Amino acid sequence: MGAQVHGTQSFDKAKRAEIKFSEEAMKTVQTIISKYPEGKQKSALLPVLHVAQAEFGGWLSPEVMDYVAEVLRIKPIEVFEVASFYTMYNLKPVGKCTLEVCQTSSCWLNGAEDIVRYIEKKLNIKVGETTKDGMFTLKVAECLGSCGTAPMLQCGASFHENLTFEKVDALIEKYKNEGRLRSYTDKDYHNTL
Amino acid sequence: MGKKLLIHNDHVPNIHTLDVYRAHGGYASVEKALKTMTPDQVTDEVKKSGLRGRGGAGFPTGLKWSFLAKPEGVPRYLVCNADESEPGTFKDRYLMEKIPHALIEGMITSSYALGAKQSYIYIRGEYFYVARIVEKAIEEAYAAGLLGKNILGSDFSHDCSVQVGGGAYICGEETALLESLEGKRGNPRIKPPFPAVAGLWGCPTVVNNVETIAAVCPIVMMGGEEYAKIGIGRSTGTKLISASGHINKPGVYEIELGIPVEEFIYSDAYCGGIRNGKKMKAVVAGGSSVPILPTELILKTAKGEPRLMTYESLSDGGFATGTMLGSGGFIVMDEDTSIVKNLFTFSRFYHHESCGQCSPCREGTGWMEKIIKKILDGKGTEADVELLWDIQSKIEGKTICPLGEAAAWPVAAALRHFKHEFIDYVKNPKNIKDVKHYFRLNNLQEA
Repeated sequence: MGAQVHGTQSFDKAKRAEIKFSEEAMKTVQTIISKYPEGKQKSALLPVLHVAQAEFGGWLSPEVMDYVAEVLRIKPIEVFEVASFYTMYNLKPVGKCTLEVCQTSSCWLNGAEDIVRYIEKKLNIKVGETTKDGMFTLKVAECLGSCGTAPMLQCGASFHENLTFEKVDALIEKYKNEGRLRSYTDKDYHNTL
Repeated sequence: MGKKLLIHNDHVPNIHTLDVYRAHGGYASVEKALKTMTPDQVTDEVKKSGLRGRGGAGFPTGLKWSFLAKPEGVPRYLVCNADESEPGTFKDRYLMEKIPHALIEGMITSSYALGAKQSYIYIRGEYFYVARIVEKAIEEAYAAGLLGKNILGSDFSHDCSVQVGGGAYICGEETALLESLEGKRGNPRIKPPFPAVAGLWGCPTVVNNVETIAAVCPIVMMGGEEYAKIGIGRSTGTKLISASGHINKPGVYEIELGIPVEEFIYSDAYCGGIRNGKKMKAVVAGGSSVPILPTELILKTAKGEPRLMTYESLSDGGFATGTMLGSGGFIVMDEDTSIVKNLFTFSRFYHHESCGQCSPCREGTGWMEKIIKKILDGKGTEADVELLWDIQSKIEGKTICPLGEAAAWPVAAALRHFKHEFIDYVKNPKNIKDVKHYFRLNNLQEA
């Protein structure tokens, strides 16, 4: 799987004690759990981890994973083994906006490498890094299903497609001005299919 | 243009809403099935239609349904595979985003046939916003009595929910998908038992692709025999094709199976030809895992017959000179494309997506990526090219799931048809340099 660093974060008991879903997030979590038969609440793990990641700063700390285990009444290791398998879960801190540029075939055929290089230069970071102000993290992603509207990047719930340098400039400006955390679970999203 | 059965209404404003969808004949198959047909009659129509799984494998859907075990007192499940992740494929996203009710209608009608009281739509996590659209449509369906208890006054009750994934190509493999749906890592299961006997939570389960399930609605409405009249031979009905790459009109097209590949690529009704007046070099016809073919073999079979958009015609000649329809992910490359570099993006993809269970795949995908990278870095040798062939030949057939084959086939095909390009890169590394600067849109300058 991806080159995520895991197992390097230490566990802080004091931090753990402070972690709790907001009332609204807890309601969402309960709705998710209710989709599955009695006793099968572990099935809710993937969607609940998305909620947790959005709720607790864009990444899953050991304390957050421990909390999710408690909420779903499963073992912490069951949470970690899932969180470390799937690419959408961050096991270390990221910027408020993670720009994920698709780099697979059709996107590559349409200039994805140039988009990556352009963003690297513009934000003065390399792939995998976060800007000093904590605003942007740049990642490359494997096929995101926008092959017909390549090149593209995903940021939170939004798909930005048919990218040009001008479009990249505009969306970075927009995200910087808004300055908020972008999550996959965002209810507002942009797409151009 | 041929007949369209799935996305014929895609440009109707607000077709994603229940009211507009119903005003255009939506949910008629639910009414017809629940009020005038037995579950077995629905399955029979699907069998007669010749519908084959639209996710990539092309297995007959009616046959798959007939394998479903029906022990007394054990729940059965229908699971929709909306984990669309095969590079070059974006048709299910299009269908769910534009006409979400077409999927939900198919879920209800199919679940009625299978006797499933609960179904799940597993959508890849990156399509989070698509999941929201589908969830909204499900809410509308509940409010209209199309989901829930005693649907349309019948004694059939059904619940349907969406689950989002976490970002893993492997979850498109049906048993990995079920693991993921159970809240686990997406490690494919050893088969048998097949999901039809022991699937979700150990219960009998049918897993079908989005497009397959949506196709059940027109089949019920027109009858299986009528549906089977569309297409050629065992390739019946219509198919959504995701077209991308160096073509004038990328997008999702619904075709009648059987049109010539040449027409699909060059007709203005479809891809509209190669952009910038370039010539075509190669095509990946069915998503990244199917063998790439050079122009002469994608347009005509080795026997010189026109290649058609059917399961049989595309695979004519086996892997020596043919390919597969697969998921219908159609990637077109122009004359300037580096086949080696394109292959590198595929091999990097499969290395990234290998779940790590089986050594040939876990290790082999990494080795293949490294060797192709070495060649692209100008450090390759002819022995590396031979080694690449050797590695791919030792993955196929030696893994629990088909990701091994999916990773090996593109490497094998690139070497089979374009070995000269690998050798050229090895012998003349200066030729590689041009490649690195080639890939950009017309309106992009050098970054």
